[in-house]
Amino acid sequence: MELILAIVVGLLYASGIYMMLRRSLVKLIIGLILLGNGANLLIFLLGGITKGSPAIIAPDQQMLTEIYADPIPQALILTAIVISFGLQAFAIVLIKRAYIVAKTDDLYQMNSTDVYS
Amino acid sequence: MNDIILFPIINQLFFAIVTLFLWRYSRWQKAISVVGNLIGFVIAIVFLLTVWDEGILTYNAGNWAAPLGITFVGDMLAATLILLTSICGMAVSMYSAGSMDRDRLSFGYYPIFHFLLLGLNGAFLTGDVFNLYVWFEMIIISSFVMITLGGEKRQLEGAIKYFTLNVFASVIFLTAIAVLYGLTGSLNMADLSLKVAQIENKGLVEITGLLFLIGFGIKAAVFPMYFWLPASYHTPPAAISAIFGGLLTKLGVYALVRTFTLIFFDIEFLNTVILVLGGLTLFSGALGALIQNNITKMFSYLIICHIGYMIIGLGLHTELAIAGVVFYLVHDIIVKSNVFMISGLIYKLKGTYSMRDLGGMYAKHPLLSLIMAISFFSLVGIPPLSGFWPKIAFISESLKTKGGGWLIAAILFGTFMTLYIIARMWAQVFWKARPEVKIRESFLYFKDHRLLHKIEMIVPIVGLTIITLMIGFGAEKVQQLALVVSDQLINKQHYINAVLGK
Amino acid sequence: MNTIVLRTASNYLLPLLLLFSIFILLRGHNLPGGGFIGGLIAAIAFVLHAFANGLNRTKKLIKVHPGFIMPFGLAVSFLSALVPLLSNAPFMTGIWASDPIPVIGHIGSTLFFDLGIYITVLGVTLTIIFTISEAA
Repeated sequence: MELILAIVVGLLYASGIYMMLRRSLVKLIIGLILLGNGANLLIFLLGGITKGSPAIIAPDQQMLTEIYADPIPQALILTAIVISFGLQAFAIVLIKRAYIVAKTDDLYQMNSTDVYS
Repeated sequence: MNDIILFPIINQLFFAIVTLFLWRYSRWQKAISVVGNLIGFVIAIVFLLTVWDEGILTYNAGNWAAPLGITFVGDMLAATLILLTSICGMAVSMYSAGSMDRDRLSFGYYPIFHFLLLGLNGAFLTGDVFNLYVWFEMIIISSFVMITLGGEKRQLEGAIKYFTLNVFASVIFLTAIAVLYGLTGSLNMADLSLKVAQIENKGLVEITGLLFLIGFGIKAAVFPMYFWLPASYHTPPAAISAIFGGLLTKLGVYALVRTFTLIFFDIEFLNTVILVLGGLTLFSGALGALIQNNITKMFSYLIICHIGYMIIGLGLHTELAIAGVVFYLVHDIIVKSNVFMISGLIYKLKGTYSMRDLGGMYAKHPLLSLIMAISFFSLVGIPPLSGFWPKIAFISESLKTKGGGWLIAAILFGTFMTLYIIARMWAQVFWKARPEVKIRESFLYFKDHRLLHKIEMIVPIVGLTIITLMIGFGAEKVQQLALVVSDQLINKQHYINAVLGK
Repeated sequence: MNTIVLRTASNYLLPLLLLFSIFILLRGHNLPGGGFIGGLIAAIAFVLHAFANGLNRTKKLIKVHPGFIMPFGLAVSFLSALVPLLSNAPFMTGIWASDPIPVIGHIGSTLFFDLGIYITVLGVTLTIIFTISEAA
């Protein structure tokens, strides 16, 4: 399981960066989304995968005594997903506005900020 | 009395909500925002004095004890930065009341502004790495909205570059947190400080440190990762550039200082990397500023250049050098915000940012030029102005390290280049006779503004200039403060004991 | 997607989905669920309505601009986080009433915090989706 996840994380990072390096705006956003998902999966992987032992205290006990799955990585991932939800919504509106205003989705032609003036 | 840690956060959140309720009434928003920042300023002063008297304060949000819950830690570094944030926020809030156009105001400029300050205050106070990430996200989302408000072509194009690299930096930061959590199983910075020191495999620690360096380095605009800054900082109106130039890159520096003094300390490899990057940042920023004609673009490159000093100070990692970093932060936050507001004022007066078309400022506005000159020349660090003092610390500490000659060369190079750049700008904008330039139609020149708006634009500039002078002439006091801060940063046992309650 | 099946169904689905979203909001304290998910489900209910009946009809149904829902949610969350300060507990501590209330269960300051999140998420999501589909 760990090995498969590690490979998937690597693939997500690699494809995310590949997409970011393309010239199209939409691919840029897709690349960022893939990178974010890769990071989330990495947290999940590095938080340690424990199968079938939730961190729930039994009704007749005061504390956990057996090995349990760490709930913190999931809380972190949930937070990161919510944040990236907001960022993606903003990004989509941004590229749409930029496309309407600049009349191109080619990043190489969006160079009016770099022109010497 | 530990409740006071939360007051800067609660204050900004409260005013963000209030201004959100007043979405349609931008005149009310202006007044309330200025009042809110005034209250924030008072809170920040009380906070600083409390921390000064009582030592490091901690606060466990939701009553979950450290290291499990999220702890807010008010040490001297955080208190100093919150005071600077509130000063800068107050100045920019007032300046925007005078200079911001109605379109931007009606699309929620002030609520977003308060959310940005809220994020900054939270980031300075938190003692939890993941919580720091959340505050960072809050700040960048607010800054995205601020940089795109108005929706001009060059603004959107700049925003895409700004957006991409900042989100990329966040992903790297998140990756670094994941690796760090995998290594230690903790997120509390004080706890991490203890646990990272015990890790056997130093290679892994170095890699994690490098990930943090890259993530924060992009935000702080350190050498190979600064390209988003000159592409975007000059596109929004001057008030927004002022808060970005004054505070946002310094937030990256703060995060670097915090992680590399508390978590990844005494790792020679990382310190060497930081030193080299610092020197190159100085070098490339100065060269970039040299060829610019647009004054805001020139100041954007000067931000990068001057980040280099702080990075070098961090890399030297002695008590005096860290004190120099803190002093430079104090100086730079005030002066950089002021410089951007001044260039906004020049734009309002003359209708252009281009140095070729500017000129004759000194003949026409002698008093205003004098005020502007103080800020410009303290940027260079001409004694006794504020930029001078921390550089002595950097140079004297560089002398003691191996290969310090290169560092001194870089520091002196950066200083002389800044001097040349500022002198050239002074000659072009203030001394040169003004070339014939057509008066722009449908542009609201400064003289056409209402008197209240004129006052609102001048007062913050004068105020920040006075503070700059105070920092310069009261350098001894600031240096004492900086030494206390760096003492707390270097002797991290105080911080750890305060958080973990030992 | 202007089919009669969807249009008829959406009229019945809207109240059902809203009810379901409140159910999710309330059960979030012992079982999976919570303010964020509940807010998203409520937003989806309105989005479905907008798909079937057109954006303008949905806007008329909501009456206020969704952007105005946001500050209310924020204020509710903010105040509920401040409440513990009155009883000398740290900010955001959960304070619970001793006796359970029928149907809803235990009531505490966290429930109001979640309610604030529910309202905020509803407002934000609707603002985003309305803005995107308006510009199209």
